[in-house]
Amino acid sequence: MLKIENLHATVADREVLKGLTLDIKPGEVHAIMGPNGSGKSTLSYVLAGRDGYDITEGSINFMGQDIGEMEPEERAALGLFLAFQYPVEIPGVTTTTFLKTALNAVRKARGEKELDPASFLKLQKQKLTELGMDADMLKRGVNVGFSGGEKKRNEVLQLAMLQPKLAILDETDSGLDIDALKVVADGVNALRAPDRSFLIITHYQRLLDYIKPDVVHVLAKGKIQKTGGPELALELEQKGYADFYDEAA
Amino acid sequence: MPISNETRQTVAELDRKYEAGFITDIETDLAPKGLNEDIIRLISSKKGEPEWMLEQRLKAYRHWLTMPEPQWAKLRIPAIDYQDAYYYAAPKNIDRPKSLDEVDPKLLETYKKLGIPLREQEMLAGVAVDAVFDSVSVVTTFREKLHSAGVIFCSISEAVKEYPELIKKYMGSVVPYTDNKHACLNAAVFTDGTFVYIPEGVRCPMELSTYFRINEAKTGQFERTLIVAEKGSYVSYLEGCTAPKRDENQMHAAVVELIAMDDAEIKYSTVQNWYPGDEEGRGGIYNFVTKRGICKGKRSKISWTQVETGSAITWKYPSCILLGDDSVGEFYSVAITNNHQQADTGTKMIHIGKNTKSRIVSKGISAGKSDNTYRGLVRISGKAEKARNYTQCDSLLIGHTCGAHTVPYIENRSPSATLEHEATTSKVSEDQLFYCRSRGIPDEEALTLIVNGFCREVLQHLPMEFAVEAQKLVAISLEGSVG
Repeated sequence: MLKIENLHATVADREVLKGLTLDIKPGEVHAIMGPNGSGKSTLSYVLAGRDGYDITEGSINFMGQDIGEMEPEERAALGLFLAFQYPVEIPGVTTTTFLKTALNAVRKARGEKELDPASFLKLQKQKLTELGMDADMLKRGVNVGFSGGEKKRNEVLQLAMLQPKLAILDETDSGLDIDALKVVADGVNALRAPDRSFLIITHYQRLLDYIKPDVVHVLAKGKIQKTGGPELALELEQKGYADFYDEAA
Repeated sequence: MPISNETRQTVAELDRKYEAGFITDIETDLAPKGLNEDIIRLISSKKGEPEWMLEQRLKAYRHWLTMPEPQWAKLRIPAIDYQDAYYYAAPKNIDRPKSLDEVDPKLLETYKKLGIPLREQEMLAGVAVDAVFDSVSVVTTFREKLHSAGVIFCSISEAVKEYPELIKKYMGSVVPYTDNKHACLNAAVFTDGTFVYIPEGVRCPMELSTYFRINEAKTGQFERTLIVAEKGSYVSYLEGCTAPKRDENQMHAAVVELIAMDDAEIKYSTVQNWYPGDEEGRGGIYNFVTKRGICKGKRSKISWTQVETGSAITWKYPSCILLGDDSVGEFYSVAITNNHQQADTGTKMIHIGKNTKSRIVSKGISAGKSDNTYRGLVRISGKAEKARNYTQCDSLLIGHTCGAHTVPYIENRSPSATLEHEATTSKVSEDQLFYCRSRGIPDEEALTLIVNGFCREVLQHLPMEFAVEAQKLVAISLEGSVG
């Protein structure tokens, strides 16, 4: 599914990722934990193809293709999805319009037929029901005036609509109270499938109480420092990241 | 309004640069080049006008000679050689067609390319089109239906002959020939346009629409539109404009006058995509237009909605004189400039009556090396007790070589008036584009989506027929402005 080898990446000429290697198989849920400044968000942007995040060495292989040089929209069409830590507001564009434009753009890029309005609305309604979300959000401008919880729920709704192969959740738990966290986690869990993988990037362990990972990695100083099972997350919660600063220093 | 992928696809299939940039090969009846009293006499006689009309034209022309060019706008306008243009051009083969079947098929083909198949429209009903091809009104559909409602919808030349009393009474009553140099030129040489008269208590049974088109090289187009809505009547009027690609600049100086009596409402919508010139700023239309409406009666309402995407230079301020007590004026505008286009556009709301209200929503979008200025005046006279104005001006910048300017003028002499003014300037952010792209939306489509969202408040005031066209235009106008 996703194979990252010896990845080095720079942001504004500063090397942030320094030889990161990662292998995610279909259906697996991986968590990457790490202290601030370890390169967590950089990793998510490099994977999604944001301008200004340059790969200087190594490779990213996704669904059997080297995606290092691909545009963000091409990666999305291949089935890569990034749930943003800070979802962006787009005034005047309703959430439903945004969803429809995105879904049809992806379908078109894959050579599939665009959905007619009736089929789209039906699908949208179905996903909303499955996620237990309120239709009110659809009529509002994308993320405009949304609470922190609503923004994250909107990310999960987009995830459900676009049905990606790999979903990267970048600090999805930040800014959420416990109830919102549960809603978001339930949404993600409902989307777990044998052919869909997740990469959960988080600072804290608490999200992992609700979304059980198969593999946990510790990222520090631009590299994976340690890999283990769910127990590793609990260990980090108790000990903190101090060990890895020392090891990596 | 969602911009669908179907729309995107349609847009992609169109000529990438300027879809209306074709020239119809039809023999044209041209008056000699240049401007003088003989040309004006010729225009008047070609139109078979009565003597009084010719006198008015000559009076305007003589005044025009003494008037200076307006210099106050933030525009760089090259000196205009008024002698190097034709002031009358009419397609030759057409001599007052009685029905569509008599219309030159090439003309109909042209309209088809512009997306207004008259035949279909006639069958599908809904929109009555008074198509103006250069200077002669070619065909007017739906006459019958309007006639039975008592609505007059005809070319202004016809109106001069058929309804001289109405024309004498109202033409020039809102925009006098002395108003400004461009309006004055129009008063002297106007060649066609539309006259609409809605009798008392009549709700016009359909949207009225005129499609103006400049075809002949080096012709100026000077239409004149006059709409009179009697007590308690309602009319919605749509105007669309395109012109073919030419290297030289062409001048378009139109005048529009609206008159609303007690409880009458006029809704006037424009989608303007005259040829904007090429990427280097060569060619393009000079769009110097004077549009003004008067809310003469109590509780009357005039609403202007415009989407301005074309023209090399736009100089245009659709305005409302709120004379009647409790009358309402509205101005909703989207102005998009790209490459070397310049726009200086806005409105004037003149509050005279008591409890008059006005609302201004202006959305300016600049890209490329263009300059986009909102210029608006809100004037509240001492008599206008409890007048209210709300103004919102938003500017959106794409790239870093364009300019956006907001020049609001507020003059208030009424202590009980309430005025609100909000203005914002923002850039299409890299965050927004990346967010869309990460969801699979390609960059140009993402930009179109963001810009359409920015304009939404205005676009939703357009009638359905135009809203779709306007969205297509937003996409076309912004091509090449990302990356």
